[in-house]
Amino acid sequence: MSKGRFGIHGGQYIPETLMNAVRELEDAYNHYKDDPEFNRELTELLNEYAGRPSRLYFARHMTEDLGGAKIYLKREDLNHTGAHKINNVLGQVLLAKKMGKTRVIAETGAGQHGVATATVAALMGMECEVYMGEEDTKRQALNVYRMRLLGAKVHPVSSGTGTLKDAVSETMREWTNRIEDTHYVLGSCMGPHPFPTIVRDFQSVISKEIKAQMLEKEGRLPDAVLACVGGGSNAIGAFYHFIEDKEVRLIGCEAAGRGVNTAETAATIATGRLGIFHGMKSYFCQDEYGQIAPVYSISAGLDYPGIGPEHANLYDTGRAQYVAITDDEAVNAFEYLSRTEGIIPAIESAHAVAHAMKIAPEMSKDQIVVVNLSGRGDKDCVSIARYRGEDLHE
Amino acid sequence: MSKIQNAFKNKKAFIPFVTCGDPSLEVTEKLVYAMAEAGAGLIELGIPFSDPTAEGPVIQAANVRALSGGVTTDKIFEMVARIRKNTQVPMVFMTYANVVFSYGTERFIARAAELGMDGLILPDVPFEEKEEFDTVCKQYGMDLISLIAPTSFDRIRMIAKEASGFVYCVSSLGVTGVRSEITTDIGGMVRLVKEVRDIPCAVGFGISTPEQAAKMAGLSDGAIVGSAIVKLCAQYGADCVPYVKEYVTKMCEAVAGA
Repeated sequence: MSKGRFGIHGGQYIPETLMNAVRELEDAYNHYKDDPEFNRELTELLNEYAGRPSRLYFARHMTEDLGGAKIYLKREDLNHTGAHKINNVLGQVLLAKKMGKTRVIAETGAGQHGVATATVAALMGMECEVYMGEEDTKRQALNVYRMRLLGAKVHPVSSGTGTLKDAVSETMREWTNRIEDTHYVLGSCMGPHPFPTIVRDFQSVISKEIKAQMLEKEGRLPDAVLACVGGGSNAIGAFYHFIEDKEVRLIGCEAAGRGVNTAETAATIATGRLGIFHGMKSYFCQDEYGQIAPVYSISAGLDYPGIGPEHANLYDTGRAQYVAITDDEAVNAFEYLSRTEGIIPAIESAHAVAHAMKIAPEMSKDQIVVVNLSGRGDKDCVSIARYRGEDLHE
Repeated sequence: MSKIQNAFKNKKAFIPFVTCGDPSLEVTEKLVYAMAEAGAGLIELGIPFSDPTAEGPVIQAANVRALSGGVTTDKIFEMVARIRKNTQVPMVFMTYANVVFSYGTERFIARAAELGMDGLILPDVPFEEKEEFDTVCKQYGMDLISLIAPTSFDRIRMIAKEASGFVYCVSSLGVTGVRSEITTDIGGMVRLVKEVRDIPCAVGFGISTPEQAAKMAGLSDGAIVGSAIVKLCAQYGADCVPYVKEYVTKMCEAVAGA
């Protein structure tokens, strides 16, 4: 069996044309991941440029209002560019630069990963092209402008459903077209090996910090860590250093869209089954003949028919639990956190906030829940206003 | 010798590709007969997939047309059963890993073999992942076709060593689709294969004209054409059969003279 397996999941299901590129990437990553100079540069970028470590904020009002477990918010929304995505992008673009690449390409759903890639490409003087579903360029028009402002070229992808999965397919196609000088900055813990491992490692700074901050503030580990899951990069980052701490519950919150009993859902664990797509074996929303389902969620960042292979394995082994949160629940949480704490969460992250609102009241006051607030919600204000029937335009 | 290798015996093979169900399975069936009569050595039947990541816009669009017309793997199997009553031209399926895997890899391969299919091409299954498919293919006497690409370099020997049927030489970087010229050192790639094994090599990706086909077949054992044929299907719809037949006839002549 090939490399990069998480239980039965993962692997390298990609065209032969890309095989040497992923092998080269794996060799470079294995070389640099333990290189003191590389790590010094990366840490400096994470701290001085992205603003790490991000705060672990005690949400006092939310805790009091819900009347159960203490709730802490890991403030990835305070990173430069407004989401956790920059952690991975800084790592990958620095690696690409060391590999002698001069051009980066990336897919994006909500636009956060595209913006982060365009940002770091600008910083490091790399050429940047971003592929984004046509539907998403409309839902997230401001992010399209931000990417252009940062010097990136944005390609709207009209094939398929014009969303994240099609953007990933198109970026893979572009990579087979131009490999020599180009690195594909994959934005989630998915795709062919070594991407799920690389992205997880670069995002694992989140759980490393949560652990240290929690021990400092509370002198103990949390009872549960919650994060939203599309491909699953912020979740795997928030879970990783707790995987061996079996007493910490790990809960991934998928996008149920209009409900897991409808066709308009993106909840892969709840509705998908084992398959092979986008370079990996994992769970996918698909029909009986293996055709990938046109998924739906109000959140462009969670609107993906698959889940990263490490999550699929955490589900198989029972180490993590995955729940489905509807559009309505996420929008309620988006508004709730804005009013109770004065923090507008990304609609993606609001899925995790929504689940905290469900479980915290059932827990005792001496228990602790950490919610990974993966991004800020400024980008979502127009679409949530419209969801509530307001006639608001950018 | 497998039926596929027989297709290359003492001659160069022209290998046309069509997407099953574009514009309908009835037309696909007629296309197979027409292409066999025109002299095709081997025919690739594409089972449409919702997200074909190795395809350019032409074949992507054919996949969408076929799937929205209601084509399924089972309906394609039924078509193959009808075809096999009328022609024994060697045929392989070309599709994506998930189409086979989700049907049940063994169930799919057993059924395809039983119906008289000769091989399987999965562009998203490289050497490192082939075992779970290849073991079953061997069990049922089907050839899992290996691909080599311009970026394969030192991988070519390893791939050739375990290849069966023929070796599919991807002519260019990028996805399927018509190209004005092919700049890869195809001759060098083929030589590397033949150093390891005496197995037929056919070149695909980017070929559309008789001149290109003759040149590629001259450097190898055959030429594969997909997008140029699928374009005719898109242009003429249900009336495409005579146009495709005329095109394949021309291409077969060009390849035979190579």
